[in-house]
Amino acid sequence: MRTLTRTSRLKATPEMPFNLLVLSCLTYVAFLFLVAFVAERRSSRGMQGFLRSPLIYTLSLSIYCTAWTFYGAVGYAARSGLEFVTIYLGPTLVFVGWWWVLRKLVRIGRQQRVTSIADLISARFGKSNLLGVIVTIIAVVAATPYIALQLQSVTLSFSVFASGTPEGWAMQDPASTGIWVAAGLALFTILFGTRNLDANEQHHGIVMAIAVEAIVKLVALLAVGVFVVWGLADGPADIMSRIDASPIADWDLQPGRWTGLIFLSAAAVICLPRMFQVMVVENADESHLARASWAFPAYLFGMSLFIVPIAVVGLERLPVGSNPDMFLLTLPLAEGQGALAMLAFLGGFSSATSMVIVESIALATMLSNHVVMPVLLRLRPTSAQRGDLRWLVLLARRLSIGAVLALGYAYYRLSGGSEALAAIGLIAFAGMAQVLPAMLGGIYWRGATKTGAAAGLLVGSAVWAYALFLPSFGPGAVISVEMFAQGPFGFGWLRPQALFGVTGMDPLIHAVFWSLALNTAAFLIGSILTFPDPVERMQSAAFVNAFDGEARTGPLGWTRGQAEPEALLIMAQRIMGDDAALSFFEIEAVAQGKQGYLPDPTPDFVASLERKLAGSVGAATAHAMISQLFGRATVTVEDLLAVANETAQIMEYSARLESQQDELSRSARQLRDLNERLTQLSVQKDSFLSQISHELRTPMTSILAFSEIMTEGDLPAVQVAAYGRIIHEEATRLTRLLDDLLDLTVLENGSVQLNLGLANLGQMIDRALAASCHIRPDRSFEIERNPAQEEVFLKTDADRLVQVFINLMSNARKYCDAGEPILRIAARQKGGRVTVDFIDNGSGIPKDSQAVIFEKFARLSNDSPSGGAGLGLAICREVVTNLGGTITYLPGQRGAAFRVTLPLRLEKRETVGAA
Amino acid sequence: MTRPGPPLFLAKSGYRRRRLHDAARLVPVFGIFLIFLPILWGPADTAARDTARDGLYLFGVWAGLILLAAGLAPGLRRTSSLESDADSDPDEPAEGNA
Repeated sequence: MRTLTRTSRLKATPEMPFNLLVLSCLTYVAFLFLVAFVAERRSSRGMQGFLRSPLIYTLSLSIYCTAWTFYGAVGYAARSGLEFVTIYLGPTLVFVGWWWVLRKLVRIGRQQRVTSIADLISARFGKSNLLGVIVTIIAVVAATPYIALQLQSVTLSFSVFASGTPEGWAMQDPASTGIWVAAGLALFTILFGTRNLDANEQHHGIVMAIAVEAIVKLVALLAVGVFVVWGLADGPADIMSRIDASPIADWDLQPGRWTGLIFLSAAAVICLPRMFQVMVVENADESHLARASWAFPAYLFGMSLFIVPIAVVGLERLPVGSNPDMFLLTLPLAEGQGALAMLAFLGGFSSATSMVIVESIALATMLSNHVVMPVLLRLRPTSAQRGDLRWLVLLARRLSIGAVLALGYAYYRLSGGSEALAAIGLIAFAGMAQVLPAMLGGIYWRGATKTGAAAGLLVGSAVWAYALFLPSFGPGAVISVEMFAQGPFGFGWLRPQALFGVTGMDPLIHAVFWSLALNTAAFLIGSILTFPDPVERMQSAAFVNAFDGEARTGPLGWTRGQAEPEALLIMAQRIMGDDAALSFFEIEAVAQGKQGYLPDPTPDFVASLERKLAGSVGAATAHAMISQLFGRATVTVEDLLAVANETAQIMEYSARLESQQDELSRSARQLRDLNERLTQLSVQKDSFLSQISHELRTPMTSILAFSEIMTEGDLPAVQVAAYGRIIHEEATRLTRLLDDLLDLTVLENGSVQLNLGLANLGQMIDRALAASCHIRPDRSFEIERNPAQEEVFLKTDADRLVQVFINLMSNARKYCDAGEPILRIAARQKGGRVTVDFIDNGSGIPKDSQAVIFEKFARLSNDSPSGGAGLGLAICREVVTNLGGTITYLPGQRGAAFRVTLPLRLEKRETVGAA
Repeated sequence: MTRPGPPLFLAKSGYRRRRLHDAARLVPVFGIFLIFLPILWGPADTAARDTARDGLYLFGVWAGLILLAAGLAPGLRRTSSLESDADSDPDEPAEGNA
């Protein structure tokens, strides 16, 4: 093949020196990096308008068109006429028929926060990791040669351009081009594909880059097509007559291949990991599917419109024996159109790179969620509670991306870039199509079970490997020549390409037919004969009835176990990150009618937490992790009855009753909380009264005693001065106490005057630090700060705010009981609000006290070393409220932690409203 | 505890919406028929120069399907966000409840 391209190259005088080609390639890649970077930046700032549009969604679907379809379609048309359109007609039918399958798939994907096709199958069949592993293995085996094919096509297109000059260094060793391409792709994918473990596994940067590549692909093909039709020929009519005169004028439609290939490509567009990734996982809005239902077929239409003309003109003009797979490049080159050839080259480059990037992300997600994480959790069962899982998951994903690309490269090297690779696209399609019966059965048939799905997948993929994949290496490579002819052990009816005595069928169609037929049979029989376990039955109801709303299926019953909300929070933080976890818990707590960050671990809450976690690590792993904290999930008889149809109907009719009941229980919970607080407050008030009378009496007693002594006279002047000083100090203490009380009253009435002005946050913290360091000066405190984050100017009352900071820092100095105390101050700006966290490494505040620390007179221990009156945090809260913000205790930080949230710009009116 | 039966007849807007969903389901069926029609012509059996003619036919069908889907899409987008699904429609009982 390579010699063939070389002949055509000798004839054509390349316009493009090889170094210039590499340079433009690098420029293009740098441009893609920039696009992905900007998109990622915009989405992290919440500016997603354009990024989440139906146009971008449709364009990202174009990764269906890989280098194999980009270059290969012309070759395909040159060899077998119109048959190449089957590869595009299948997806067209699936998309114009989106109301049947795609709509349900996308809905389920969003409801269940599916992360990959393996996750979908595993979640549907009772969150079984076994199925996840099977699908992952099928996907990796089928995709590896496919990735190799992309590397090969890039290398091959490079070699077409390589000039005859000896300094064309890369061409001394085509494999080195391959390794550079593979390494570059791995870098890009790791940079933008594993930035964060965000919910729903969406990668805005990558999707945007792929959308740009989609446009390049289409423009390149259309440009070459227009050049061929109107430049080399005289318009459409001339092209028609040239087609009639060409070797492919009479095409041979083989009904078996026509039907089989359309079916296969239709199955592939749903099942291929990369298609599932962009279509379901990266879907931002279900309504985008409606636009894509015609826009994506239109894209495919544009991609294939000029294929036949290019093939015909290529066959006509290029020397006999030229490789038709490279017509898109060699035809413009032979006509002296270097720039056009360059554009076509970039189109092919785009096709290959975007496919490899998304495929490796999809495979890496599957590998890390279904293979690496379960193995880790099995080896170290306690790591759900300890250890930084977030980092671990990302590392697993990065390594998986590297491994997938290394596998692809290794396959490319081992197969030597052979011609056999060209057929591998359809072989990969057939491999992934084995998932189709389990997937469709899973979303439409309640009776499909785990055992059935596993049986179908195993049987189907085994037949596929035996009849198609292994034979594709050629006779004698893996399967011996006599086995091809005689069958294994002389069983003639088991010949790989003539199973059950069916001869005379096209080998591809033969394998697709038998693998899917046996797959479906095993799936159906297995499902009918076995009985699903409770989790499976819950999931089957949730999937099949995806459109009936979640009310009907109800949450999976995490009813029996008990888990501390704080433990759940710590686990969630390890996976979702601190901010995301805290805000999720806060929202859930508010929905339950509670304040703070810790909702009650109701079954509803745990189920929604599980779904949230599943968006990051997959359903099976999330389920296993919660089980470790919560004990086994139990499905009660009521849960199952709720799924049954009749009960569900009754539930529908009592929905209003339920919502009222919810309302009632919510307010009951609020009342209970309130009552608890009131009781505690009353106890505190009593203890405060005795405390304050003690506080008032101690200085009073000494003032009385010393003033009495002094009135008696006859004292040396020194003594009088000493007694006078004591009286003065005690009076000052009294005044301070009364000042605090007065301050609090003023703040509570909202009649406080604020001096608003612009102030630098960092400088305010500096002031507070300086003012608070006299508290327990014997202790050396380590302060962790990030000055860059503190470069924020707030419009607020600086003196009041500094007072709050001083109080929080003093508290840390007073109460932090760590051996080497560390105080971490973290500031962050988000939207129009600024949060400042003060986190120390002491033992923190016990859970039952967290609710009352902001109340007046709250003191956690009576023998506190400082002898404060317990007004500090109450004053803080009032000040911050007056400044339009909030102060809360952050649980789960392994120390006492306070978060102050403030508006960036405080307006006068807001103070009145807040007061 | 008895449930009133589903309504026997629908208002006009609901009726139109159902038929729109039917149309959406019919598009691929229609497409499959037209795309598989060339099998009956048997281009392999004849020696006629039929690539150009059949190509025009296939691309014509293809464009027709795209236009059809584009015509239905806006209506479907509106209704699919409005109501849950046809599976719970009165005249189409929910399938396969175990």
